[in-house]
Amino acid sequence: MILDLPRFLAAERPYWTELESALDRVEGEPGRRPTLAEIKSLHYLYQRASADLARFATFSSEPETRRYLESLVACAYAEIHETREARRRVNVWRWLARELPQTFRRHVRAFWLAVAITLAGVAFGVLALRIDPEAKAVIMPFQGLLESPSERVAREEHAKVDKMRGVKTTFAAELMTHNTQVALTTLALGMTWGVGTVLVLFYNGVTLGAVSADYVQSGQSSFLMGWLMPHGAAEIPAILIASQAGLILAGALIGWGTSASRGERLRAVSRDVLTLVCGMALLLVWAGIVEAFFSQYHEPVVPYALKIAFGAVELLALALYLGRSGASSP
Amino acid sequence: MSPTRTSSLTIETPEGVSFTLLLAGPVTRFLAWLIDLFAIVALNAIAQNALQIAGFVGAEFVQAAVILEYFALSTGYSICLEWLWRGQTLGKRVLGLRVMDAQGLRLDFSQIVIRNLLRTVDMLPAFYLVGGAATVFTRNAQRLGDLAANTIVVRSPRIEQPDLDRLLGGKFNSLLDYQHLAARLRQRTTPEAAGIALSALLRREDFDAHARVELFDELAGYFQSIVEFPADAVENLTGEQYVRNTVEILFRSSK
Repeated sequence: MILDLPRFLAAERPYWTELESALDRVEGEPGRRPTLAEIKSLHYLYQRASADLARFATFSSEPETRRYLESLVACAYAEIHETREARRRVNVWRWLARELPQTFRRHVRAFWLAVAITLAGVAFGVLALRIDPEAKAVIMPFQGLLESPSERVAREEHAKVDKMRGVKTTFAAELMTHNTQVALTTLALGMTWGVGTVLVLFYNGVTLGAVSADYVQSGQSSFLMGWLMPHGAAEIPAILIASQAGLILAGALIGWGTSASRGERLRAVSRDVLTLVCGMALLLVWAGIVEAFFSQYHEPVVPYALKIAFGAVELLALALYLGRSGASSP
Repeated sequence: MSPTRTSSLTIETPEGVSFTLLLAGPVTRFLAWLIDLFAIVALNAIAQNALQIAGFVGAEFVQAAVILEYFALSTGYSICLEWLWRGQTLGKRVLGLRVMDAQGLRLDFSQIVIRNLLRTVDMLPAFYLVGGAATVFTRNAQRLGDLAANTIVVRSPRIEQPDLDRLLGGKFNSLLDYQHLAARLRQRTTPEAAGIALSALLRREDFDAHARVELFDELAGYFQSIVEFPADAVENLTGEQYVRNTVEILFRSSK
């Protein structure tokens, strides 16, 4: 029961070579849309190679040709059975106007969950500082925030030299990369079934709540709003969107209420996660520029009312964009 | 699809055909990463020197550009190369590895981005400890980024056609003078034994000289034990020549 290998190879090798060439064409020109005739030919060659592999597995134990055929069938299988549409070119305008906001809204529950966890952290931070002011030393994320808010405001408002002079661009670059790394970590921690993402969100909330409570208790609400609003209006939503993506991953990993396999669930959300990550990155680039070039200037250089109004306009525009843009399209 | 606990993943197609993907182990992947790390360091050095040329714009600009360039390079290196080279970076290319979809389907750009962005967690606490542990303990040797992106890393998924003509064609075969014995050999040889003989011939250049002689003598002895050819047919034949003649009888139809 041994296959007549040379005859078999002589008969089938031209078809394998043709299939190989067809696959090379597909791989070499990923942006090209194949014609119907090409698709039919690829399908025929794939089926023929599959049949050859089945015959080979039954009649001969020769491993080299079988491995070659397996690899050929594997590559053809990937092209034939893929049901996700291959992306030819990204239309940036369409992506911005429709895809990003629509994706955000499709998973808005994960976003609200991220907001709720952050607010819980904020409440904890505010309460912690009210109940135990000594906790400030533990809660504040860096040394600069341990200073009395009144002293800092006085120093900033009476500064004679521009502390940002000559370092604004570098500072903006540092903020962009650092914040993006923090956001990506928050997203990646979604793979801990969401536990890591929730902890990072809560901790961010605690810090925000404690800093806010500290400045409000010292009567520096205007400074606080003027300092945080311009860049925070983009930076905080960006972290929330990264967390939203992390929670989507966690949801797909846990897979409540679905019979799909883990692989299918994760595959189903992968493009949405990518879309949200890109949106987050854009917001953080903007936040970095605003924080370096605008947020660090205080009264009398820039009136607080102007800074707060700027932040409010940003927040409103972002809310309208994410909530309404692309709503009329299918 | 039926994953195994060994270093391979078997995928059954709707046509009822199975194919096996050989999964890459953590050590090979770590070595590929080391090559990529060297490539990133080298590219970074080149890019930073190139950016110094733009120093006339201002030192502040150069410093900012260096920060952004390093971030873009370290984050984007694997994403760009895996997209352009269909699942391969420089390190993976050198070591014959490739990223593939875990269901054997086409790799999507979103999968490439996700598996690379999640390196942040896989790298914790240092030297890919989390990712390395995950590849040891998960069924398909996946790090967390692979799990999230539904990808696997496989060894050499595309291989060349074997050149059997070079192996079997054009050589005189003294055993073919005895067709009734050749038919008996075909009848008595199991497919497994035939496969071992063919594999040994295909890989004969890989053995060292001594092992090669020993192996083919042993195989020739086995085939002689199941069918004995007359002395004049096997006279002056080495073990390797005997096995080659046997393989030709087994894999060719009778004349």
